[in-house]
Amino acid sequence: MYRYDQYDLQLAAERVAQFSDQVRRRLSGELSEEEFRILRLQNGLYHQVHGYMLRIAAPYGLLSANQVRTLALVARKYDRGYGHFTTRQNIQFNWIKLQDTPAILAELAKAELHANQASGSCLRSITSDEFAGVARDEIVDPRPYAEILRQWSTFHPEFAYLPRKFKIAISGGGEDRAATGVHDIGLRVVKNEQGEVGFRVLVGGGLGRTPVVGTVISDFVPWQHALTYLESIVRVYNEYGRRDNAYKARIKILVKALGIEEFRRQVEEDWQFTKGGPLTVTQQELDRVAAFFAPHDYAQLPAIDAGVERLQRESNAFANWLQRNVKPHKATGYAVVMLSLKKPGAAPGDITADQLDAVAELSERFSFGEVRVTHMQNLVLADVRQSDLIELWHAATELGLATPNIGLLTDVICCPGSDFCSLANARSIPLAQAVANRFDDFDYLHDVGDIELNISGCINACAHHHVGHIGILGVDKNGEDRYQVSIGGSQGNGIRLGQVIGSSFSAAETPEVLASLLDLYVRERHEGERFVDTVHRLGVQPFKEHVYKTATAVSLGLADEAAAHEESLVACYDDPYFSPRF
Amino acid sequence: MIIRNQAIVEDDWAVLRLAEGDTPEGVAVPSGKAIVPLRVWQAQREQLQGRAEIGVWLDSDERAEELQGDLERFAVIAVNFPKFNDGRGYSIARHLRVRLGYRGELRAIGDVLRDQMFYMKRVGFDAFQPRADRDIHEALKGLSDFSLSYQASTDEALPLFRRVQRGGVA
Repeated sequence: MYRYDQYDLQLAAERVAQFSDQVRRRLSGELSEEEFRILRLQNGLYHQVHGYMLRIAAPYGLLSANQVRTLALVARKYDRGYGHFTTRQNIQFNWIKLQDTPAILAELAKAELHANQASGSCLRSITSDEFAGVARDEIVDPRPYAEILRQWSTFHPEFAYLPRKFKIAISGGGEDRAATGVHDIGLRVVKNEQGEVGFRVLVGGGLGRTPVVGTVISDFVPWQHALTYLESIVRVYNEYGRRDNAYKARIKILVKALGIEEFRRQVEEDWQFTKGGPLTVTQQELDRVAAFFAPHDYAQLPAIDAGVERLQRESNAFANWLQRNVKPHKATGYAVVMLSLKKPGAAPGDITADQLDAVAELSERFSFGEVRVTHMQNLVLADVRQSDLIELWHAATELGLATPNIGLLTDVICCPGSDFCSLANARSIPLAQAVANRFDDFDYLHDVGDIELNISGCINACAHHHVGHIGILGVDKNGEDRYQVSIGGSQGNGIRLGQVIGSSFSAAETPEVLASLLDLYVRERHEGERFVDTVHRLGVQPFKEHVYKTATAVSLGLADEAAAHEESLVACYDDPYFSPRF
Repeated sequence: MIIRNQAIVEDDWAVLRLAEGDTPEGVAVPSGKAIVPLRVWQAQREQLQGRAEIGVWLDSDERAEELQGDLERFAVIAVNFPKFNDGRGYSIARHLRVRLGYRGELRAIGDVLRDQMFYMKRVGFDAFQPRADRDIHEALKGLSDFSLSYQASTDEALPLFRRVQRGGVA
């Protein structure tokens, strides 16, 4: 993976000094909160329910063992012993003290980590495919381009005060595993007929209040011109994106308002001033960066490991784990292992300091000392010998990271919700836990098969509920947490937005609504058909009817239970050592 | 006092801002060195273009292109930041420098604060009028937040990867 050179190190050090001075001036009162707010957000520092929350970037989801240990150190020394991986391949710490942030950033910089542009109305940290470099369907490894983009976007002087946040995702797989269609700019690395590498560029995608799937602005931008082309897109947005209404300030609104033809014309017009200029990426720079992502020194291994096959026959638990949590690798005899952060009883995406340390060690033992963070809030050891799978399975099981539920209903994608986030309207973590409790029969989950459940605690859609096969949106209705359910969304190449099935449900009702949806699916599915495919085939209507036919009875039966449930959900964070999540 | 070319210097330019009731056509432009709003320049150019020392300022919703062909007439062009987090001024400055090739003084006025000045310098500002309630000596420090940068911009013609020999795989 990429390692800092003297220039990266110097910039990182100067950034720490700059932010430390900003913190000093805030603490002394020289900087008002209004001014400091914008500055701290550009450094990933929010003010949330429990105080300051620090979001640290894992650039395009890639971390070294040493970096994971640094995160463990931050969790232990400056937080409450755990962190939370997000859908943006970042990690968040929820109980940070402002005066500690200079020391934390210095620790991070030592490990070549940072929180630059993890928030704010600027170019955000770039996300990518968690299987980059190891996927069998990969066209081009996106990571060198992602790193070149990271450097270009870092402290970009012209685009630090955009109308709104700006998210870029890049995927090089045949299948899109980076949700490029719902980003401000989505890049698919492709090859043209001559075999040259370039980008298919989508613009104006996004979720939130106005979910939109991005539109193709260019089918092929040669890689050399990526930076100038992206600059032109962002420049047009910086100049003409709305600044009078935060809800209408994302680039998707501008693209809709102008129409893609006119938007493209303006971008091309600006591009003529820079295309082919100094910002054109050189072969030398691409080669330099790409060398950091060269394939590992894979051993010649047999395609099948006899020991693994034997245990697979003998142990259901191991067979389940293999089936759900182990993915094919492009190198013969290797496998990609998913570490599930969706153990029932834990908040989705949460990880303790001890687990972080252990994951670092596992990565060194089994996977060239690298860890990836997925946008579905799990971790990946991407280069594991099949002959090591049994040992790794035992170790991961002991750590609580081997729940065999990747891609199943309980692999819930979940935002922090109102337990942690000031923007949220409703709690999301307790609902994820209720789902885990309601559907605790692995055989049933396994029978239901591949399904994506996304729970967002508000319209900002951090859990991408619009593209969940089942998407749940928390809403506040007269002080009560209610949940609106949509179905039929999907990510990947056939990305589409889900449709709301009707009026909202209480926290207690919602798991039963899921049961009702699955009930109809199991009855109506064709052989090998996933839930979302059945929804697309039958349409939303039969599911809606089925749910609301049963929901009346459900509501009656659950009214009392719902009230009791609400009561049990009262958080009591005054006690500094109590978190209802543990 | 303003900051010009990284030093604090005396300044005798007056920035004309339209008060309520003023119109671009009717407002009286003071004699001496005056930086007038774009609309005033456009409305009164007959009278103003004869002046030896005249400047113009653009607001964040105005276009640098409006000054195309007139750039040589101004001793100073200013860009107003109505709010420090209104980032349009950065692109305006860049257009003036890169697209239009303006080489004269480019001054940031309005809500100009220390923590934004480094990026302002990068996109082409060489003069700064920090907000009146701020210590200009403190503000000056903002210009040296970083000693290098990844991108090409107005202050650095080349991106870092063309400027230096970057480090490769060890």
